[in-house]
Amino acid sequence: MTKNCHNDYKMKFSVDDEYPDLTKHNNHMAKVLSKEIYGKLRSKSTPSGFTVDDVIQTGVDNPGHPFIMTVGCVAGDEESYEVFKDLLDPIISDRHGGYKPTDKHKTDLNFENLKGGDDLDPNYVLSSRVRTGRSIKGFTLPPHNSRGERRAIQNLSIEALSSLEGEFKGKYYPLDGMTDAEQEQLIADHFLFDKPVSPLLTCAGMARDWPDARGIWHNDNKTFLVWVNEEDHLRVISMQKGGNMKEVFRRFCVGLQKIEEIFKKHNHGFMWNEHLGYILTCPSNLGTGLRGGVHVKLPKLSTHAKFEEILTRLRLQKRGTGGVDTASVGGVFDISNADRLGSSEVDQVQLVVDGVKLMVEMEKKLEKGESIDGMIPAQK
Amino acid sequence: MPFGNTHNQTKMKYSSEQEYPDLSKHNNHMAKVLTPAMYERLRSKQTPSGFTLDDVIQTGVDNPGHPFIMTVGCVAGDEETYEVFKDLLDPVIEDRHGGYKPTDKHKTDLNSGNLKGGDDLDPNYVLSSRVRTGRSIRGFSLPPHCSRGERRAVEKLSIEALASLSGDLKGKYYALKNMTDAEQQQLIDDHFLFDKPVSPLLLASGMARDWPDARGIWHNDNKTFLVWVNEEDHLRVISMQKGGNMKEVFTRFCTGLTKIESLFKERSHEFMWNEHLGYVLTCPSNLGTGLRAGVHVKLPNLSKNTKFEEVLKKLRLQKRGTGGVDTAAVGGVFDISNADRLGFSEVELVQMVVDGVKLLVDMEKRLEKGQSIDDLMPAQK
Repeated sequence: MTKNCHNDYKMKFSVDDEYPDLTKHNNHMAKVLSKEIYGKLRSKSTPSGFTVDDVIQTGVDNPGHPFIMTVGCVAGDEESYEVFKDLLDPIISDRHGGYKPTDKHKTDLNFENLKGGDDLDPNYVLSSRVRTGRSIKGFTLPPHNSRGERRAIQNLSIEALSSLEGEFKGKYYPLDGMTDAEQEQLIADHFLFDKPVSPLLTCAGMARDWPDARGIWHNDNKTFLVWVNEEDHLRVISMQKGGNMKEVFRRFCVGLQKIEEIFKKHNHGFMWNEHLGYILTCPSNLGTGLRGGVHVKLPKLSTHAKFEEILTRLRLQKRGTGGVDTASVGGVFDISNADRLGSSEVDQVQLVVDGVKLMVEMEKKLEKGESIDGMIPAQK
Repeated sequence: MPFGNTHNQTKMKYSSEQEYPDLSKHNNHMAKVLTPAMYERLRSKQTPSGFTLDDVIQTGVDNPGHPFIMTVGCVAGDEETYEVFKDLLDPVIEDRHGGYKPTDKHKTDLNSGNLKGGDDLDPNYVLSSRVRTGRSIRGFSLPPHCSRGERRAVEKLSIEALASLSGDLKGKYYALKNMTDAEQQQLIDDHFLFDKPVSPLLLASGMARDWPDARGIWHNDNKTFLVWVNEEDHLRVISMQKGGNMKEVFTRFCTGLTKIESLFKERSHEFMWNEHLGYVLTCPSNLGTGLRAGVHVKLPNLSKNTKFEEVLKKLRLQKRGTGGVDTAAVGGVFDISNADRLGFSEVELVQMVVDGVKLLVDMEKRLEKGQSIDDLMPAQK
């Protein structure tokens, strides 16, 4: 194991001296991290040298958020989830609806198992999107990785992606080498990601060395997109205008599996295990790492007293159209699955498809001044 | 997070070339000095507390340049950084501090009696006078690297030392994390309150971690002597007052600083100092005296004169906006201070400010009357 002399140096201070002040904090990490757990974990390091202070730094620096209950901790490598399980297992359980350390996670990327989903009303459903993340085995994660590791991930990714064909044929745009014209186009297409400004991410060290080895790949059709070295090694996104979620999901599954094959050939498969599913930087994205969602017009339903309850019962969540920490604009909401771990990809996209279909019907009823009381769903 | 050698051995499996940062768009002292060969030599090293080369340079990699100032682009994580990474830091120091050589010796002089004049800068022009420096407490690592335990220990020692000051130095400590709204408002009104750094130069080096834990402000009852605890350095010591009596400001500065140092020594803690680098601080730009003595001075005419920059240079002075290091001037009022830190003593630097500002004000008065300032142009100091 790597000798972590910085961590050893800190050990000369007592647990009391080093334990963070979490009195004003409200995030998953702060709810779970007791002095006892901190005392137990503080001397440990993963093989690559990630420590408990590294895990929790973002949660210490960011006490809370107005819109969302933040996780407040990150993994620095695959082993973090094992070495720091005393902290991460309870967080995972709290965040993922009671998921137990002994539970098994099911992966199902067979798009044919999805029922329906090709007919969401495009008058209401403006766009459909499915995203996930993938981590490449053998490298540490964005909060921790070095320039050398990040560049190796980029090189592997470029190789893998440039061998895709047919509907997946595309091009890679490194962030630090794109022309102004390319940048303008990527912004216009809503593809460009920029240096993180959210302190949730910057405090975890994910923006180091920006924009070195970061980039965007997309297919010529602009319906399949991969982000390299942003919050995860890879973020894979399938999207298109309108309500044909089935098509979006098909492309997602097919593309993802092609990419995985190529990485496996280089002996760098994706991080996955049967308990946590796909391993990602943020514990909130474990399992499928999947967020399947739509931008949908729900001006009436969103102001209805039962909106939140309906979403909860459908196992869906709402966001603004700018993404995770934004507010909605003009009655258009981003509606997506709330779950990540403990149900499969197909299960989660099915929830979105069925749930959004129902909410659009409710919206139509409310437009006509009719009641939706008879349509309130049972808890899924 | 990269702070510490948490990762250094693992990174060694990548070649130096694979790890070497892309500095092609960069313009800071670190980028000017660091070469692939130097990186290769230093990348396997770490200080006893685990600070590595990548930790030293991270801020310079993440911040390619700045519109107003030539940034340093590297920081120290502990006292030993300046020794372990001397191959990088000596040239940076030389470039930044006017050719200061690795063999040069630095002179410390905190005897305010040695300052000539300085009590009569024209208050119609000189609105306020201020002297600041930093001090690091030996035995602890520095803000980019220190743990919560260390930071709290530094705070505790500081509170103890400051609480025993008396006379016109008697004062009170306000911890950032539990000050009342009223206290906070007062400190803002007095221009004393420092807040969580927003400058990416500081954030990228890790100095804002765990904010506001163990950070605080101490000031005397007269509000003329102020100590910041655990901001960019362990301690920042500031003496200030309205008007142009720099001598009084400097006298209080020296007295207070010397008193604080003896209080720390009584508790078996000294300041980091050596005869080559003087006082050791987080940023290489603050080595030596760590001293910035300056005034807020009205120079609306002179500042528009084509020779303004040249005059400042000859006087070994620099200008800043009244908001501090990375700001612009407002309403013709400039912050004028010594440009040097290392290779001159405290008395010498304050002397330059006193003499220089006196001259600048004379020039301003000439220009107000529409007269020439050609005969007043100074020689290079």
